[in-house]
Amino acid sequence: MIDFKPATYQPAPLIEPGHTFTSITDKIGGVVLGKYTPLSWFVVVSIGMMLMGGLGLAITWLLIKGTGIWGVNQPIGWGFAIINFVWWIGIGHAGTLISAILLLLKQGWRTSINRFAEGMTIFAVMCAGLFPLVHTGRPWLAAYWLFPYPNSMGVWPQFRSPLIWDVFAVSTYFTVSLLFWYVGLIPDLATLRDKAKSRPVKIIYGMLALGWRGSARHWQRYEHIYLLLAGLSTPLVLSVHTVVSFDFAVGIIPGWHATIFPPYFVAGAIYAGFAMVLTLAIPLRKIYGLEDFITMRHLENMGKVTLVTGLIVAYGYVSEAFFGFYSANKYEGFMIWNRMTGPYWYMYWSLIFCNIIVPQFLWIRKVRTSPLGLFAVAMVVNVGMWLERFVIVVTSLHRDFLPSSWGMYYPTIWDWMTFLGTIGLFLTLFFLFVRFLPMISIFEMRTMAPDAKLEGSEGH
Amino acid sequence: MDAAHSLPPATYGLLAEFDSPAQLVAAAKKTHEAGYRRIDTFSPYPIEEAWEAIGHHDKRLSKIVLAGGITGMLSGIALQEWVHNIAYPINIAGKPLNSWPQFVPVTFELTILFAAISAVLGMIILNGLPEPYHPVFNVPRFEHASRDKFFLLVESADPKFDRAKTLDFLKTLDASEINEVEP
Repeated sequence: MIDFKPATYQPAPLIEPGHTFTSITDKIGGVVLGKYTPLSWFVVVSIGMMLMGGLGLAITWLLIKGTGIWGVNQPIGWGFAIINFVWWIGIGHAGTLISAILLLLKQGWRTSINRFAEGMTIFAVMCAGLFPLVHTGRPWLAAYWLFPYPNSMGVWPQFRSPLIWDVFAVSTYFTVSLLFWYVGLIPDLATLRDKAKSRPVKIIYGMLALGWRGSARHWQRYEHIYLLLAGLSTPLVLSVHTVVSFDFAVGIIPGWHATIFPPYFVAGAIYAGFAMVLTLAIPLRKIYGLEDFITMRHLENMGKVTLVTGLIVAYGYVSEAFFGFYSANKYEGFMIWNRMTGPYWYMYWSLIFCNIIVPQFLWIRKVRTSPLGLFAVAMVVNVGMWLERFVIVVTSLHRDFLPSSWGMYYPTIWDWMTFLGTIGLFLTLFFLFVRFLPMISIFEMRTMAPDAKLEGSEGH
Repeated sequence: MDAAHSLPPATYGLLAEFDSPAQLVAAAKKTHEAGYRRIDTFSPYPIEEAWEAIGHHDKRLSKIVLAGGITGMLSGIALQEWVHNIAYPINIAGKPLNSWPQFVPVTFELTILFAAISAVLGMIILNGLPEPYHPVFNVPRFEHASRDKFFLLVESADPKFDRAKTLDFLKTLDASEINEVEP
């Protein structure tokens, strides 16, 4: 048989050679238990906390004055809050994809990136959840609007509304992601407990580890439910962005009322999420010297997933335009024409540039195997996916059926402070996590070590 | 019956330490073949061959998760049907109160939620966690069980356990160290 692979190309290994159980444990555990904190950690956390200060201010003022301080008004009743909500929740999806779907597909390269990608999911969903909560203006009333509990007024939520589906989808997603993350952490917490030198640290990690001792009987049940959780998370993650897309697709607004929305949103979510995983992984491996574990192979594979999901998203944009013109519906046709040539034309074409044109560089192996190149593309995609949500929300609403009700959307300083504030919240939580919990799954990395091979089997 | 029998056994068991997973699996197989049943292995990562070697395979969690999922599904249906038909019926343009297709998303989410929670709680409870104290922790070397070493425990509660004989048997298994576990 002819081998078509060029002889010169060898993909990078999943773990650099020469690692043992001890070296893996010491390297990853050392980041948490060691005294050394890199300077860049303080820089990022300071920036994060500064932005969070802005978030606190913006939310306080919002609660005093009400949502009038934001740029939302008729006809654009949904502004930054929903744009940012969809952006953040989309970012979260890559974490679940990596931890659950790639586990079911037996992709060994997920092992060194799943833990911090799951962390990213949890923090992104926290940022996302903040927006629907504060956009109500009076979050203390949101309890009975959103959750079915017997209240003294005898009213119940409307379960036929996609907004309630969203509440259930996002809160389930958050809970299941948190459980999945915690279960994955238990054996590593036991490692930290056993490795820690100081007594208080031992006690804290020991309590969190629940007394895990690595018994074979425990491992069997553990592996069993880990697989079940992956199986449960897979349809869950697909359902979450599907339900988010229903928030739009169930409405009758041209530009929202489209059957392509669920798959197009899910692909966009994974696309945005992988871009964010790359954005986080590339600096992290550099700062903490984890190039042995997060190798070029991981980065290249993530680049490939970004490229593929980017192409699915591009297909979504093309079909949207096609539906608009082919529908022969004048409102649909106008909507898409207005998106391309109306007052927000620069948003639309920047979106096409960021999400379709720039990622094509990932076809080139030189770009895929250069951390700097990948980081640049990932940053552009992060921006592009935010623009996508802006275009979907704002350009669809700002000129609908009646020209007399047309308008423009101008976000205020409070909108920006809230948005940047959630970026600060995300960065702070993420970097605290990196400092206090192992950012790479230690026990799963041990299974990748050459020593883990049993004779006559593939190992795990 | 002398008084010594009513006292707690002086030892919880014997703990043999191994350097590699292959040695552990081989030793666990031999110990199981020798007739010991109250045995366990400890490893820093899951080894399927290890729990097969000690003859352990607990399938109850599948049923627990299935039951959790079905409970979630039924609660979802019951909640929404009750809210929209009985507790708070709203007639909108004569549309049917029992609009079940619109109840699918919430039902689906609750199915997943209940199944996932029962999976995690089921694992924790069946494993007897949280269990901050366990006799094996008394062996100083045991802190390597979460790091880089592999352990095989034979409990003194095993009917075949005899301190001297079991120790001799374990010595034939290629262990790097054998420790007694204080209760």
